[in-house]
Amino acid sequence: MENRKIVLQTEGIGKYFHDPVTFKVLDDVSFKAYSGEFLTLVGKSGSGKSTLLYCLSTMDTNYEGNLFINEEKITGQKADDLAMIRNKSIGFVFQFHYLLPEFSCLKNVMLPALKRKQYSMEEVEHRAFEKLKLLGLEDQALKPASKLSGGQQQRVSIARAIINDPDIILCDEPTGNLDSKNTELVFDTFYRITRDSGQTIIAVTHDLDFAKASDRTIELADGKIVSHHKSFN
Amino acid sequence: MKIKNVNLDIALTHIITRKRQTIVAALGVTIGIAIYLFMNSLSSGFTMYSRNEIFKNNAHIKIYKEDKTSTPLSYTTANEPLPILVNPQLLSESKKIINPNRLIEQLKEESSITHVFAQVNVDVFYNNGKTQLKGTANGVHILEADSMFDIASYMIAGDLNDLAENKNAIIIGKGIAENLNLRLNDNITVSSSFGVVKLLKIKGIFSTGNSFTDKAKSYIQQSTAQQFVKEDIAYVTTILANTKNQEASPQIAEKIQALTPYTVEPWQVTNADVLSGDLVRGTMMRAISLSILIVAAFGIYNILNMTVMQKLNDISILKATGFSGRDVITIFVTEALIMGAIGCLIGIGLGTLLILALANVYMGPPVGYFPIYFDASIFMKSFIIGMLVTFFAGFIPALKASRVDPVEIFRK
Repeated sequence: MENRKIVLQTEGIGKYFHDPVTFKVLDDVSFKAYSGEFLTLVGKSGSGKSTLLYCLSTMDTNYEGNLFINEEKITGQKADDLAMIRNKSIGFVFQFHYLLPEFSCLKNVMLPALKRKQYSMEEVEHRAFEKLKLLGLEDQALKPASKLSGGQQQRVSIARAIINDPDIILCDEPTGNLDSKNTELVFDTFYRITRDSGQTIIAVTHDLDFAKASDRTIELADGKIVSHHKSFN
Repeated sequence: MKIKNVNLDIALTHIITRKRQTIVAALGVTIGIAIYLFMNSLSSGFTMYSRNEIFKNNAHIKIYKEDKTSTPLSYTTANEPLPILVNPQLLSESKKIINPNRLIEQLKEESSITHVFAQVNVDVFYNNGKTQLKGTANGVHILEADSMFDIASYMIAGDLNDLAENKNAIIIGKGIAENLNLRLNDNITVSSSFGVVKLLKIKGIFSTGNSFTDKAKSYIQQSTAQQFVKEDIAYVTTILANTKNQEASPQIAEKIQALTPYTVEPWQVTNADVLSGDLVRGTMMRAISLSILIVAAFGIYNILNMTVMQKLNDISILKATGFSGRDVITIFVTEALIMGAIGCLIGIGLGTLLILALANVYMGPPVGYFPIYFDASIFMKSFIIGMLVTFFAGFIPALKASRVDPVEIFRK
């Protein structure tokens, strides 16, 4: 694994919360994520795993240390440039789907690609449909996002995360709201993404089965990495 | 519907899926713009009306000899340390303009001047039996005066041509006729301070709507007026000129002043009181209509603010997937502008209906139809101001939306 391409790297990331008292949530977190890797972040509630994920997401810029994506230094870049990096290189899946309720599923999936303007409208539409098909949602494409079941909505949000073929997909409790059948479906999809197209998945989870099935698990406790490898006792 | 621009697409979808809010916000602007347009038209209508009233009696530019006050006989100099003073007094000089024809010819050559004519003003008494009325007789070539003041339009009896042909004819104001109990073709005795008394035949009666003018003013032939003051045919007291652009009169007056030593006075100076009244009224109308428009803008502000608060999730995911702060601002400002444009267009329609309705209200003489005035520029101005106000009303919530921190929303 170590000879693979490094997609994301952190150098001594630290972060403080100031409210109600100053408190160090992340302390000298350094790790590397490789292309095609399915990585999970675990830890008890309050261990800083979600905080770390949002630092990696480029949306939270208030941290110390350095973040590199594809060997490019991300720390210190301007907000508009960060938005472009997110658009191009990062996909997001959250516990909640965050689909725009006024739009059809297809349009929801298309939005990041329309923003990117890499393909024509017709191509984007075609690609979005392909992604929905990959997730078994081709029948739901033209329904409004609000009319779908929870599991289906989550799968649409995964299609949205992968529409621009990002190098990294960041997930915050992606299966937290799902039943076991849907969890399995989501997991299979993630597994396929990493194996087939070499994309990297970094997922925060407290679902141990989910973590066990991943390639590697980083465990955090009190803002520090306590283990880089699978050790579920 | 396929829209190329994704920001516009999102804005339109928001607008279409929230029809009720859109309509409420647009309705506010509609009413604001309608009233803004209406009040501005009303204000211009009043201004036009009062201008027309002014130009019934005033030319754009008046040239006359001003009364002079005597000055000290000598001033202090090094040789003569004491000034010789006399009491300042009005000089009893003649009001005659010397060589008026030359000045008239010069004025006629000016491209900016449309009408010029000379006038002999005489202070007179109108007598009927023992009743006596003080006034001013204007000695004019009546057809020239008519071409400037459109006297024919406010004649209530008689004919201007009768004065042009008859040296012993007079056209009097309605007030004189009423006070002296005179009718058309009656005789009137007119006397001047130079002791000249003439019996003239009333060949016309006019009503300007200004009772002060109607009680004092009359028109007679120029030569008759010259006889009243015992002067020759070259005697002229005032030269009146109209310009192509009444608003530019002060500049033209300044130019003419270089040609002549006599006082050249544009109408704005003569009627400063009316103009200041117009200014106050105009400012008031604009202030009122603008505040109504701002209230309307608050409608848009409120609704957009609410939309932003309800769409925190949507804004967050847009930002997460790569939409920049500027994209978010564009989306919400576009929504405001669409609401504003709908409101403005309907408002202009409604305002036009109001204006047309009022323009058809007959007020009776001398006003005639309700004075309301509108042209394309007022419509343009209303639309532009409406859109400007909506832009700012939309920009504030949009800015707020662009500052939403997605991390805060996702971590809830």
